[in-house]
Amino acid sequence: MTGDFLTPEERIELSPEIGDETKTTTCYMCACRCGINVHLRDGQIRYIEGNKDHPINKGVLCGKGSAGIMQHYSPARLTKPLRRVGERGSGEFEEIEWDEALDIVSARLAKIRGEDPKKLAFFTGRDQSQALTGWWASQFGTPNHAAHGGFCSVNMAAAGLYTIGGSFWEFGEPDWERTEYFMMFGVAEDHDSNPIKMGLSTLKERGAKFVSVNPVKTGYSAIADEWIGIKPGTDGAFVMALIHELLHADKIDLDYLVRYTNAPWLVIRDPGADDNGLFARGPNGEPLCWDDNTGQVADARLAGVAPKVVGEFTLQDGRKAVPAFQLMADRYMDTTYRPEAAALRSGVPAHHIRRIAAELAQAAFDKEIVLEVEWTDWAGRKQERMIGRPVAMHAMRGISAHSNGFHTCRAIHVLQMLLGTIDVPGGFRYKPPFPRPCPPPQKPAGRPGQVQPNTPLPGPPLGFPTGPEDLLVDDKGNAQRIDKAYSWEAPVSAHGLMHMVITNAWKGDPYPIDTLFMFMANMSWNSSMNTSGIMEMLTDRDTDTGEYKIPFIVYSDAFWSETVPYCDIILPDTTYLERWDCISLLDRPICSADGPADAIRQPVVQPDRDVRAFQSVMLDLGARLGLPGMTNEDGTPKYPGGYPDYLINHERSPGIGPLAGWRGKNGDCDGTGAVNPDQLNRYIENGCFWSHEFPENQRYYKHANKDYLEYAAASGWIGSADQIVMQLYSEPLQKFRLAAQGYGDINPPEEHRVRVGGYFDPLPTWYRPLESQDGIEDEYPYYALTQRPMAMYHSWGSQNAWLRQIHTSNRLYMNRTKAELEGLKDDDWVWVISHHSRIKVQIRLMEGTQHDTVWTWNAIGKRSGSWNLDPDAPEAKKGFLLNHIISELLPPKENGYRYSNSDPVTGQAAWYDLRVRIEKADSGDAADETTFPQFDTLPRHGEHSLRDNILRYGGFFKPTRLGSGNGNDGGNV
Amino acid sequence: MTLLPPRPEPGDKQLGLVIDLDTCVGCHACAVNCKEWNTGGHSAPLPDHNPYGSDPNGVWFNRIHTFEAGQGTDSRTVHFPRSCLHCEDAACVIVCPTGASYKREEDGIVLVNEDACIGCKLCSWACPYGAREYDDDAGVMKKCTLCIDRIYNKNLEEKDRVPACVSTCPASARHFGDLGDPDSEVSQLVAERSGRELMPELGYKPVNRYLPPRAAKKEQGPSGVGASLKPLADLAPDGDNKFLRWIDRVLSR
Repeated sequence: MTGDFLTPEERIELSPEIGDETKTTTCYMCACRCGINVHLRDGQIRYIEGNKDHPINKGVLCGKGSAGIMQHYSPARLTKPLRRVGERGSGEFEEIEWDEALDIVSARLAKIRGEDPKKLAFFTGRDQSQALTGWWASQFGTPNHAAHGGFCSVNMAAAGLYTIGGSFWEFGEPDWERTEYFMMFGVAEDHDSNPIKMGLSTLKERGAKFVSVNPVKTGYSAIADEWIGIKPGTDGAFVMALIHELLHADKIDLDYLVRYTNAPWLVIRDPGADDNGLFARGPNGEPLCWDDNTGQVADARLAGVAPKVVGEFTLQDGRKAVPAFQLMADRYMDTTYRPEAAALRSGVPAHHIRRIAAELAQAAFDKEIVLEVEWTDWAGRKQERMIGRPVAMHAMRGISAHSNGFHTCRAIHVLQMLLGTIDVPGGFRYKPPFPRPCPPPQKPAGRPGQVQPNTPLPGPPLGFPTGPEDLLVDDKGNAQRIDKAYSWEAPVSAHGLMHMVITNAWKGDPYPIDTLFMFMANMSWNSSMNTSGIMEMLTDRDTDTGEYKIPFIVYSDAFWSETVPYCDIILPDTTYLERWDCISLLDRPICSADGPADAIRQPVVQPDRDVRAFQSVMLDLGARLGLPGMTNEDGTPKYPGGYPDYLINHERSPGIGPLAGWRGKNGDCDGTGAVNPDQLNRYIENGCFWSHEFPENQRYYKHANKDYLEYAAASGWIGSADQIVMQLYSEPLQKFRLAAQGYGDINPPEEHRVRVGGYFDPLPTWYRPLESQDGIEDEYPYYALTQRPMAMYHSWGSQNAWLRQIHTSNRLYMNRTKAELEGLKDDDWVWVISHHSRIKVQIRLMEGTQHDTVWTWNAIGKRSGSWNLDPDAPEAKKGFLLNHIISELLPPKENGYRYSNSDPVTGQAAWYDLRVRIEKADSGDAADETTFPQFDTLPRHGEHSLRDNILRYGGFFKPTRLGSGNGNDGGNV
Repeated sequence: MTLLPPRPEPGDKQLGLVIDLDTCVGCHACAVNCKEWNTGGHSAPLPDHNPYGSDPNGVWFNRIHTFEAGQGTDSRTVHFPRSCLHCEDAACVIVCPTGASYKREEDGIVLVNEDACIGCKLCSWACPYGAREYDDDAGVMKKCTLCIDRIYNKNLEEKDRVPACVSTCPASARHFGDLGDPDSEVSQLVAERSGRELMPELGYKPVNRYLPPRAAKKEQGPSGVGASLKPLADLAPDGDNKFLRWIDRVLSR
C-alpha cells in the first residue's frame, strides 16, 4: 500500500530499575494496615506497592494505598508549629519553634495536673497508638481520654466482647477458605478493607453463597449473590426472626451451645429479689447448671456434667431457676418475632426471611465440615476431629451506627452461636489476642477519689464495666468524665464518647475543662455531629470573662484540615512515610485467625519540614511534665530517643512490650521476653512485620482449645487458660437493669431509671432507633445515611490529587421509583430537612437503594479553602456533609433533658439514625447550584508550589528515550 | 495510514487482560496503581491539571465506570474497568498519520511512539472504546502499555512481571497473559467462564476479555424459592409445651 506509514522502530527500556532503594513499611491510607514496599529513586518516592509476604494484604493494595505518594506530597501538609494570633476560626497563625510550643503546652498542662488533672481532655482520633496514648492519659491522671471508637464502632466491640469475647471489626474474620454461606451486614468499606475484597473473591470462586444486608447496593453488595435492601436500623428484627425460625424447626446446635456457651447456666427466677435474673452460683461464685447425671445442681463449667437446657429447677436455697437457653428460646419463639412481624419492620418479605433461615440451616447442618485434626479441649480431653458448620457472618458500621446497634450486634452473635459457627471450620473466626473473657477483666479508672493532683490513675481510663459498681459516677450518680462515658447515660461506653466532648466542655457539663488536646480527628467538620454548632461552641466566649468557653485547644495533625483553625497551638505531625509506628498486640494488631502478628512503620523518607511525630512529642511532653512512666528518677527523659526508643524499651509488664517479635536479648523469643535493642532492625529485615503461625490443632475452637488457651495465657493475652464461655444471656446487663429497678446499693438517678431499665436487657432486643419514634414517618419519612467510598478515607482523601479526581463531589442518592413518585428527577436540587437543621444538595437517582432511604458518600464535602484546595473546589461548592443535620443531642425529654444521640448502652454515636424529609428547592434556591450551608473561606496555609496548574509527578523518573540504533540490552523487542 | 502487523496466526502471542466482572467491587485500586506506576514509567508523566483546583483532571490509562443495569430489586450495580483492549484490528493504529500509533508484532501490544506522535488525536477519535488519553501538556497521545516496562522487566521477580493493575487488584478481578495461546491460564479462564469481547459487533477484535458475573445463587434453599423450615409438627408454635422437644435431650459438656 503505497503511502502507508511504516512504524519507526521504537526502542523501549523494558527493564528499568524501579528505584535505587526499596523500603518496607505499613500503609496508613486507611485503618487496614497493609504491608507496603516503597520504592525510592534519588530520595523521591517512585512507587508504592503491596508487600507480597505481608499477612494482611499478601501483595495487593487498594486505591487509597496506591495514592500514598500524593498524600505524602500533599500541599496541605503543615510545616512548623503554629500559635494562633487571630480569632479562633480565622486561620491566622504565627509560626513558632518547637521548644516554645512545647514550653507553652507543658506549662499549661503542669498547672492543670497540679490542680485537677481532669481539666485536661485528651482525645485522639484515628489513632493507631492507643496503647501509648491511653497510658499517657493514665500517667497524667486524667480520666478524660478516649480515641474515636465512640463515634466509630464501639457497638461492634462492646457487643462482641460482652458476648463472644471477640468481635467483628478487624478482630475476627470469616473462614473465607471454608464457609459455604456468608452473610454481611452493613459493610461498605474498611475494617478490613483489602482482606474483605480478597476474601469475597476466594469465596465466590469456591461457589459459596454471599448475602449482603444493606440498604444500598454499592461496592460489596454489588457482587453479592443476594442483596437484602433492608430498612436502616431494622437488622435486629430481621435477625431475631431468623432465630425464631431456627428455634421452631429445632435447627440449632445444642451440643455446641452446651459446651461453649452459657445456655445451660441457671438463671434465678425470683421476682422481687435483688438477684432475680442473675446466675445461680455456688459457694465460690461458680455458675450452676442442672446436671442430669446426678439430678442436682453442679458447677456449670465442669466437663462431664449433663446439663439440662430447659425446665425449672429448685436451687439448694429452695428458689427456682431456669437455664438461660430456655429464657432465650421463650423470647424468640414468641409470635412477636415471627417473620411477618419482622417484615413489617424491616421491609424484608417474610418468605425471604423463611427461606434464608432454611438456607442457613442447610448450610450449617447439611454441609457439616469435618477436619481430621486432633485437638485437646479445655478439659484436657482429646478430640479426634474438628467439626465445622460453614456459615459465617460479618457486620460493621451499618449495624454499629444505630442507637440499637449493641443489641443488634449481640443478636447476630447469638444467631451464630445457635448455629454453632463461632470459631469452627467454615464459621466466624477469632483473631488473636481474642477470644478474651466476656468481657475482658479491665475496669475503667477515674472513679471519685481516683483522680488526684500530680498522680497517675490507678488503671487505664477505658475498660469494661460488669455492674453499677464499675461506673464512673459520684454518689449522686453524676458523670465523672467530660464525655459522660461510664455514667448512667452510657454505662458500657467502652470507647468513650468523643462526639460529646466539645458540646459538654462548652456547656461545662458535668464540669468545665481547661485544655482540650486532640490528635488527628476532624472535629470541626466531618467527625462531629452538628458541625455548624460545634464551630460556634469552639469560638464561643464566656460573657463575663471574655475567655473562650473551651479555654485552650492543642491539636496535632499533619494537614491543614477544617479543625486546625479552631485550635490555639498546633503541633505538626509527620506523614505516615516519615515516622516510626507500632501496630501492637496491645492495641489493634494485624493478626490473622491462624496466628498473631504485629508490625511497625519506619521512616522511609525524612521530613523536609519542621514537623515531629505525634507519639515522640507525647513522650517529650510526658518527660517535661515528669510523668513517672516517662521520666527517670533523676528527672531525665526515659525515652530520649522518642517513639522508637519507647517501642524497643518500654515494658507494660515484664517481658511484654509494644512489639512481640524478636524479644529477648538475642531476639530469639516470640511474644514475651526481655528487651532486645536490635528489635526494630529485626522487624525491618523481615519487611516490618512479625507473625507466628499456629499449628493446625490451635486454629479453631480457640475459646475451648487447651493448647491455644495455654499459648494465649503464656503470651499474656488472657489471665489463665480457662475456657472462655460465650454469653448468650448477659449477666452484666441484668445487673444494670436490676439497679434501675431499684435493687442493690447503687442505683441510677430517678430520671435515668426507665431508660437504663428498658435498654439493659440480658437478651438481645430490638427497638426502633431513638430518632425514629412513633409518627416520625409523617414528618421525616426517609432514613438518611452515608457509605464509605472505597477510594477515600474520611476527610484525608480530598487533598490527594489522584483520589479527589475519583470523588470530587457527592450527590444525595435516592431510589428512582420513589423519587419519581415524589416528582423528583436526576440533578434536581433539594432541601434535606431533619429535626435539627437543613442542607441543600443535588440528587441522583438509582435503583439499588431501599425505597425509604437516601444516602451519600461519607466525608467528600469540604469547607472552602480547607486542605489548601481552591476555594471553589467542587468538594466545597457541590459537595456536602450530612453532619450538619445530625444533632449530637436527642430531642428534649419531658423534663427538658437532652440525651446524647447515641446508643443508650454503649454511647456509640448514632449517625445512621437520622430521619429526614426531602423538599424540592425552588428555582431561586437552586439557582446558585451550590450546596448549603457554605462557610467563610479558610485562608490558604503556607506557600506551596501547588499554584502551578499542572502536576507532572514522575516526569523526572522517565527513562531516557532511546533513539533507534542505540544499543541497549533490554531494548530491542 | 499506519500499517498493522501481519494478522496473528493461531498460537501467536497476544498479550492482554481478562477482567472479572463477578468480583470487581469498584475500588479503583487498579486505576490508581496504574497511575502511580505509569506516571514514573515508560509514558511518564501522566499529568494532572488543576490538581488542587476547581476542575481537577488528569491522564489515567485505566478508569472505572459504575452504572446500574436493569430495574428494581433485580438491577445490578456494575463496576466496569476500562482501558486499552489491544485490538487485533486496531483502528487507532490504522488512522495514525505518522506511524506513532502501532501494534507490536511480537506480542500484540498497542503502543504510541511519543517521538513520532504529533498530537492530532485521530486515534482517540477512532478508538471505539475511548481508551486513549491525550497529554496536552506534552502534546502527545498516551495509553495503556500493558505495563511494558514491568512485564519483561528483568529487575523484577518473575511473579511480579505483570501489569500493575493485575498485581494490585485486591479482588483478583484482573488477570494477565497470552490470549493467543489457547492453553494459557487466561485462555482457559475465558473458556471456563464464557469470557466476552467488548462490543464484538464493531469488529475491532479486542484481545482483552471480560468475564461476566457468575449466575447469582439467589434462592438456594433445599426446595428453592419457597423454602422454609418446618416447625416440628407435634408442637404448637406457642403452646406451653414448646420446650418439650429439648426436655429429654441428652447433652454433655
